Amino acid sequence: MSLTMFLGGLQEGLFYALLAMGVYISFRILNTPDLTTEGSYTLGVAVSAVLTVAGHPVLGLLCAFLAGAMAGSVTGILQTKVGIHPILAGILTMSGLYTVNTAVMGGKPDVTLTKTTIFNRLYEAFDINLAAFNRDRQAFTMAKEITVLIVAAVLAGAVLLLLVWFFRTHIGLCIRATGNNEAMVRSSSINAGGMKILGLAIANGCTGLAGGVMTQSGGFATISNGAGVLVVGLASVIIGEVIVGKRSVTLGFISAILGSVMYQCLIRLATSMNVFPAYYLKLISAVIVAAALALPAVRENLQRSRKGGRRHA
Amino acid sequence: MLEIRNLCKTFAKGTVNEHAALRSVSLTVADDDFITILGSNGAGKSTLFGAIAGTFYADEGEIILDGRDISNLPEHKRARVIGTLFQDPMKGTAPGMTIEENLSLACNQSSRFPLARAVQKRDLAKFRENLARFEMGLEDRMKMKVGLLSGGQRQALTLLMATIAKPHLLLLDEHTAALDPATAEKVMGITVKIVKEQRIPTMMITHNMGQALSVGNRTIMMDAGQVILDISGQERQMMTVPKLMTMYSGARGKELDNDRMLLSQ
Ligand SMILES: Nc1ncnc2c1ncn2[C@@H]1O[C@H](COP(=O)(O)OP(=O)(O)O)[C@@H](O)[C@H]1O
Ligand SMILES: [Mg+2]
Repeated sequence: MSLTMFLGGLQEGLFYALLAMGVYISFRILNTPDLTTEGSYTLGVAVSAVLTVAGHPVLGLLCAFLAGAMAGSVTGILQTKVGIHPILAGILTMSGLYTVNTAVMGGKPDVTLTKTTIFNRLYEAFDINLAAFNRDRQAFTMAKEITVLIVAAVLAGAVLLLLVWFFRTHIGLCIRATGNNEAMVRSSSINAGGMKILGLAIANGCTGLAGGVMTQSGGFATISNGAGVLVVGLASVIIGEVIVGKRSVTLGFISAILGSVMYQCLIRLATSMNVFPAYYLKLISAVIVAAALALPAVRENLQRSRKGGRRHA
Repeated sequence: MLEIRNLCKTFAKGTVNEHAALRSVSLTVADDDFITILGSNGAGKSTLFGAIAGTFYADEGEIILDGRDISNLPEHKRARVIGTLFQDPMKGTAPGMTIEENLSLACNQSSRFPLARAVQKRDLAKFRENLARFEMGLEDRMKMKVGLLSGGQRQALTLLMATIAKPHLLLLDEHTAALDPATAEKVMGITVKIVKEQRIPTMMITHNMGQALSVGNRTIMMDAGQVILDISGQERQMMTVPKLMTMYSGARGKELDNDRMLLSQ
């Protein structure tokens, strides 16, 4: 694996870590499959792209989070206040978001981001410009890559710290309890519905933020950016759990970040070695997730059939 | 003080399965009452608790707790002042969270600032002290996930969670029935101690007739959605299990049928 490939995996892994942490919140903490993800990711892309073009890249990131959070609350409200099945609620929001996302992008299927992304601003600030390019092309490229890496790491680190703090607060604990034993929470003084809505809002806020920063890093936004990101998030969470194990929520978030980096690196490695063409990616991701989720059941079946006395000489 | 007036609840109204589970139940629970509740299967005991706790809304009647009409309050708002324990030890605790997290959740529920640290140092000492009284060794395992505890330990923890902030009313629905006899006895002992010390108005459903007469200060019997017997004081002291059985058949013209009803004294 070359250095640039590793750097690319690290960058993208850290960006997608925001998504992975969002998926960890809905999938593991709230214990609910949330299909809003693909829509809220694209919503983050769209909001961030439009605001970046308008010259407000930082505001774009903030609004990507808020817009994602709003999308998550819609799913939460559909689930709790009107009793729609969690999966269907997510599908409805995701489907409706397609229109919203296109509208945000002014009715166009894609938007090219002008030179005003946070990355462009940082390149300027650090004098990574044409003069630097002419001086030493390799150093120029490296400086650029390192800048992106630093942004990704700072963002992932900051969100990690915020989430770890939040899920140790009183309200964070209430959200965890809701995902862990809803029957108990319903008969306690915690408003279970409200906690679910809040949890889904935060999860999809993280997802929206991931979309928002990814689009600024890529410099291009399309309406189909979110296709398949849920499986990317799930695969990251699961790979992280395989490495770190499931012990606490704090470790869970850290493992989601590690899993995301690992996943992006592995994928780059596999495609570069021509193990499979790039378009195989979604199928392979889906298979990884399915296999990992099937593992406990398979293991149990194996144990049972062994205990069942079918001994082989 | 709890006042229940003409409480009615009919399940599946207007269908062939229509069933009147509560037929105009009226009951007053005084502040120093520890009421045990007996009745055959399907008598409406759990339905009465559900109506009080707000699991569902009653069709008719009023529930007044300490002067406040709570009949139309949603369940989670009533839960601030009503502690509830069910038969199933899995119901009352979050298995994926630690003992101290579960207790913190129950503690200061209504007063705590949402973004305050959930597990606070000053609470931990209180938790340890309370857990130590169970003599189950839980005080040394505060960071252990509750899912790893036994049913009896979980039920003891649930009891502590329900009472750590003193509730205005405690509802116990056969909360020791799923435990082995020794553990059940232990949890019952702790229950009596906590209720007595904190002077919590308590209602306890049990299928153990001997226990119903020995625990608490008042016993009521329900049948077909009505209270058919309400005894306390001298009358209760004179009561025996066989007499109770006779009174039941006298009042209802049939035998008590609760397949789990224990006749032990
Ligand atoms: N949610 C429900 N829907 C329909 N019928 C119910 C429901 N809950 C209880 N019932 C019926 O109401 C009657 C009283 O039940 P319950 O209060 O649980 O009895 P118990 O005294 O044994 O606790 C029973 O006949 C039961 O089948
Ligand atoms: Mg019952």
